[in-house]
Amino acid sequence: MIDITTRKVEVSIDGSTVLVDPSSTVLEAALEHGVFIPHLCHDPDLKPTGVCRLCMVEVDGRLLTACNTPVVAGALIRTDTDAVKETRLGAVELLLVNHHRGTVDCAEGETCELAKIARLLEVDETRLKRLRRSDQTLDVDTSNPFFHFDPNICVLCGICVRTCDEIVGVGAIDFVKRGIYTTIGSAPDAQWIDSDCVSCGECVVRCPTGSLAPTHHEVPEREVISTCTYCGCGCGIHLGVRDDRIVSVRGVRENPANEGRLCVKGRFGFEFVNSPDRLTTPLIRRQGKLEEATWDEALDLVAERFSANRGEAFASIASAKLTNEENYLIQKFTRAVMGTNNVDHCARLCHSPSVAGLVQSFGSGAMTSSTKDIGDARCILAVGTNTTAAHPIVALQVMRSLRQGGKLIVINPREIELAHYADLFIQNRPGSDVALLMGMMRVIVDEGLHDLEFIEARCEDYEVFRESLAQYDEALVEEKTGVPFAQIARAARMYAENSPASILYAMGITQHTHGTDNVLATSNLALLTGNVGRASSGVNPLRGQSNVQGACDMGGLPNVYPGYQRVDDPKVQAKFERAWGVELHSTPGLTHLEILGGVTAGPIKAIYLVGENPALSEADASHAREALEKVDFLVVQDIFLTESTEHADVVLPAASFAEKDGTFTNTERRVQRVRKAIEPVGDSREDGWITSAIAKRMGVEGFDHESAEEVMNEIASLTPQYGGITHDRIEDIGLQWPCPDPSHPGTRYLHAERFPRPNGRGRFFPLQYRPPAEEPDAEFPLVLTTERSLYHYHTATMTRRVPGLEKLRSEELVEIHPRDAEALSIASGDRVRVTSRRGEVTARALVTEVSPPGTVSMTFHFHEAPTNVLTNAAYDPVAKIPETKVCAVRVEPAS
Amino acid sequence: MTDKPPGTKYPETKILSRNFGVPESWTLKVARERGAYANLEKALREMTPDQVIDEMKKSRLRGRGGAGFPTGVKWGFVPKDSDKPVYICCNADESEPGTFKDRYLMELDPHLVLEGCLIAAYAVSAERIWIYVRGEYPGSIARLEQAIEEATAANVLGDKILGTDFSCDCVVHSGAGAYVCGEETGLLESLEGKRGHPRIKPPFPAVEGAFGCPTVINNVETLSHVPWIVEHGGQAFADQGIGPDPDDPKSMGSSGTKLMGVSGQVKHPGVWEFEFGITVRELIYDYAGGPLDGRKIKAVIPGGVSMPVLLDEELDVKMGFDDLVKAESGLGTACAIVMDDSVDMVEACENIAHFFADESCGQCTPCREGCHWIEKIFRRINAGEGTEADLDLLEHLFPQIEGRTICALAEAAVWPVRSILVKFRHEFEAKLVKTPVGAS
Ligand SMILES: Cc1cc2nc3c(=O)[nH]c(=O)nc-3n(C[C@H](O)[C@H](O)[C@H](O)COP(=O)(O)O)c2cc1C
Ligand code: SF4
Ligand code: SF4
Ligand code: SF4
Ligand code: FES
Repeated sequence: MIDITTRKVEVSIDGSTVLVDPSSTVLEAALEHGVFIPHLCHDPDLKPTGVCRLCMVEVDGRLLTACNTPVVAGALIRTDTDAVKETRLGAVELLLVNHHRGTVDCAEGETCELAKIARLLEVDETRLKRLRRSDQTLDVDTSNPFFHFDPNICVLCGICVRTCDEIVGVGAIDFVKRGIYTTIGSAPDAQWIDSDCVSCGECVVRCPTGSLAPTHHEVPEREVISTCTYCGCGCGIHLGVRDDRIVSVRGVRENPANEGRLCVKGRFGFEFVNSPDRLTTPLIRRQGKLEEATWDEALDLVAERFSANRGEAFASIASAKLTNEENYLIQKFTRAVMGTNNVDHCARLCHSPSVAGLVQSFGSGAMTSSTKDIGDARCILAVGTNTTAAHPIVALQVMRSLRQGGKLIVINPREIELAHYADLFIQNRPGSDVALLMGMMRVIVDEGLHDLEFIEARCEDYEVFRESLAQYDEALVEEKTGVPFAQIARAARMYAENSPASILYAMGITQHTHGTDNVLATSNLALLTGNVGRASSGVNPLRGQSNVQGACDMGGLPNVYPGYQRVDDPKVQAKFERAWGVELHSTPGLTHLEILGGVTAGPIKAIYLVGENPALSEADASHAREALEKVDFLVVQDIFLTESTEHADVVLPAASFAEKDGTFTNTERRVQRVRKAIEPVGDSREDGWITSAIAKRMGVEGFDHESAEEVMNEIASLTPQYGGITHDRIEDIGLQWPCPDPSHPGTRYLHAERFPRPNGRGRFFPLQYRPPAEEPDAEFPLVLTTERSLYHYHTATMTRRVPGLEKLRSEELVEIHPRDAEALSIASGDRVRVTSRRGEVTARALVTEVSPPGTVSMTFHFHEAPTNVLTNAAYDPVAKIPETKVCAVRVEPAS
Repeated sequence: MTDKPPGTKYPETKILSRNFGVPESWTLKVARERGAYANLEKALREMTPDQVIDEMKKSRLRGRGGAGFPTGVKWGFVPKDSDKPVYICCNADESEPGTFKDRYLMELDPHLVLEGCLIAAYAVSAERIWIYVRGEYPGSIARLEQAIEEATAANVLGDKILGTDFSCDCVVHSGAGAYVCGEETGLLESLEGKRGHPRIKPPFPAVEGAFGCPTVINNVETLSHVPWIVEHGGQAFADQGIGPDPDDPKSMGSSGTKLMGVSGQVKHPGVWEFEFGITVRELIYDYAGGPLDGRKIKAVIPGGVSMPVLLDEELDVKMGFDDLVKAESGLGTACAIVMDDSVDMVEACENIAHFFADESCGQCTPCREGCHWIEKIFRRINAGEGTEADLDLLEHLFPQIEGRTICALAEAAVWPVRSILVKFRHEFEAKLVKTPVGAS
């Protein structure tokens, strides 16, 4: 009864013999063979709890629930006996009488599983009447801005509870009360919004009855598969369209990056697309005021002024929000048409140390692992990443690893959400990561926990590195980090003894004057323990923006062409000169900070600023604003007016991600399709079209691609990592680079056999501890660190146009430890003034132990309180990233 | 089984209760003077874990928590080479109405309970004992905690017990106050800090119990029998009480002794220990003093509230697992509740139905909704608003609930009230809305 080749087993379902997978349940086996067994509490992603009792069938004569009963070879399954029918009917009737929509011919029959089942079983109204319908009406909970909970139609299947617990890992809700009063919530009679719920909506999409349902729900006429525009997780989405409006978003189950899951921004944050604030026409500054203009007027003006500022007077700031194809065009325009390498983008402000550091140690600056593999790690070291807030879908993998018994070490100055799940939480001083990580490595070497075989076979410079560990003794490490050495030793052992181990990090590592050293410390640690080149291991910089990986890959950087090919390499230069038919320059261009600095103290006269808002996002933002104001000619291309357009000479209205074709590359190097779902709103245009139009007006060739697909073909021909990528191949599922040729399947994890360095070896780096550029003193006694809120994105130009997100978080909050707050006589909700050497900002205080004593924390999402006015532009000498994670401030009540 | 000379009372036995009434019986000093932990030492030094399990199987000891599952068989289900820790969980939730036998054991002989747990732990290689004690029993918790402290100090509990390689600790957990937390998997959830929602089985606790680890769950009284069985051998235990039915190869009989109680409308409620064999009537009349003066017994639930009722004329049945099943009732916790002729059976039903509807954890559809409907219908009838159709509806509902749920609470909700409805149907009919003859 077992088929040897397929390993399937034979069972009988209602008299017919079928072959089924031995690992399936009776319910799965029956459904697979077209035999419908009613079920309400079953969800393929969740462990069965068998509570609805609808799926009862007879197995070898015993009444059992099909959803948790495994098939056994030879089992006789009957779904059609009188006992089965009577049982089902009984349970459905009991549910229906207590269900407010509860009639058999309910209008929600299409979306409500209970109604469907009732109709299928031909429930008889008169039988229901005998029970006399329930008379209690409970209040609908409308406290969450995106969805509501109607207990009157809930069947208590518990799918929402299990989803939040097993998949999201938040456990915000549970069954509350008991007996007939049982309901769903965080506590008896509590409001949904007051729970730990992070509004991801995962429970809502799984609810079988619509008891949990989106508040604004329009049924889309059609759906288009695309990629989320928010963060680097790069989730696959179905964009729902109705009358040229985006009305819904749904996760793509088949997409390995997210497997159908989304966070609150991805699922509910799409209203900005159709916001009335969208820029719909070009604007030109006349007599100091931005006035509407035609495209011809705007393009002519831009082409004329750009033509007058070729060479080192010009700079572009590309954008991690644009597609690969568009970023490619911007850098090509800058290099080939404007004759300069002055092109950079916001990766400078977030992950330039990852690129600079990991290229030196591993030969490639990207995340080594795949998102999904993180869930199979036996140990995760999360350092300088507030994963649940900034990379929520990666955080789901952390939860998955934990559920499988994986260890979690969290290193963060703030007591972030993940700290509550960690086996070990280390709260170090901001900026002390090198000392901490090197301290760990010293323990690993001292205790012989390192992987000598791997080091010998695959690495170089181990000896110098090992010698540099000597200085990281207990006294130094404890002094710099403020952490007891015993804890650091525990972390070292936990990481070294549980392999494969994945390191996750984000801007807590990079945004420092020693950001590159921090990154090198993480790669040292991975090399030392042989945690590279295997699944579920590696060093994984979690990239911030939807296409920040792609913008880097496309050469939106001053020193490299697409594919990290150096501008100062003559062979590379020749290759691009041949391809583009122009003469190119071998001097690397200016970086982000240098471009803005170059306005006042350098050659910069014209800036082409695309999809970015440095007036809020740049460290020491007052200086950035000054530069934007002062530059001779500023073109800003965006979908909204921003703080930066206030200084623009020309504003060009761009299309949003939902209005164009192309690709994004997510944090796990997966190149995925972005698709046009609706026409560009008003007279806005795709960014790629705009850049090409400017080039064409300047009379050059090489910008007449008919489609994004054609641009991708050009990219593939010049970029080794993208060599095998075409739109055709990534129609359904994206490919992970490197993908050098059309038959290559893509790369799940990097460095399996060799490191892409000249000698193929991973390199160790000896590291010196260096303090942050600015440390607290008598005048500015506190450290300010910056963070992100789950509910907002970057300078919040998009998210603050989503009313629900604005409701969940509407203002800047200065997080301060109760001890400091008390000393300053500050209570939660008080307005406080935060002052640094560069400026001051007022906002309300949130007194919380999340921030350690001596450290305050702010986001940078709110223009009313522009945090970056305070931050320090001192930068890392290698990566030139400003130190936005540490500066010295003073906090006082703002009367 | 004890032969009772005519005219004499069925005798009490003192095995579990041998230390009840001894001054300071709960202290280690007194307990050890009276033999405590000698049997643990015997098991550790003279027996292998498998030998202990064999003796348990031979004893035919059946679980005293209500379901009567053979204890030795249950222990045998624990995987032998588990890579996870194994736990013993002592079910001391005792929340069945009218039942208070486990409390006597915990308060008067906590070292006996501990010793039983420890021998069980040795038999299944468990490294920890959890004792889940009903929250309303602070006295029991205090006695157990004191016993644990003393036992640890004396090295009969903790690391390398009595100098052997066997180590095991013990943690007392105070219960969450819900009836369903006494159900073994509801208890496990509650122990793990979650809501006490029973789990579907399989997996059974012996394979995947507390925190995902193999766990043996036994009632306090069950475990308290273990030292005696180790001392005297399984056969000596099996020789007591009611033997298996020779005509039924599956019959396990009711071996050994049992704490039995009586509460409700009797002269002297209490708890006594007997060898199995005493009848319900002897228990109630000879030990609990019979009904109050001038009253007659109307109905008896032999074990807690979860079993079908017996009428006065049915009380000559023995208090035994199989005997009571044959009488269409059940032993349950063996703590009988007596109702006399002052009781209105419809009201009694409403009270019982309310208890179960209120205690339903609410996860299974038939239990959550069904228990509610049962209560509602009884309330309707009591209020004089019930109809004949309501009685039919009840009869229709019972089989929809019984055997259709995750745990046995729903059955317990059906059994007593259904038997009352059958046996006292006239009392229900008398309360129905009167439909004039000829009206349609
Ligand atoms: C609703 C319900 C409540 C229960 N309460 C208890 C209890 O309070 N104490 C107990 O020992 N067993 C109780 N049980 C029985 C346990 O589920 C389980 O069968 C018992 O602990 C097993 O131990 P034993 O084999 O030693 O009897 C209850 C069962 C149900 C269905
Ligand atoms: S809200 Fe929906 S998913 Fe949650 S228990 Fe009710 S019906 Fe099930
Ligand atoms: S929306 Fe997400 S976080 Fe909130 S309860 Fe549902 S699953 Fe949990
Ligand atoms: S039968 Fe009742 S008490 Fe038991 S699990 Fe189901 S709902 Fe809960
Ligand atoms: S689907 Fe099996 S009990 Fe609900």
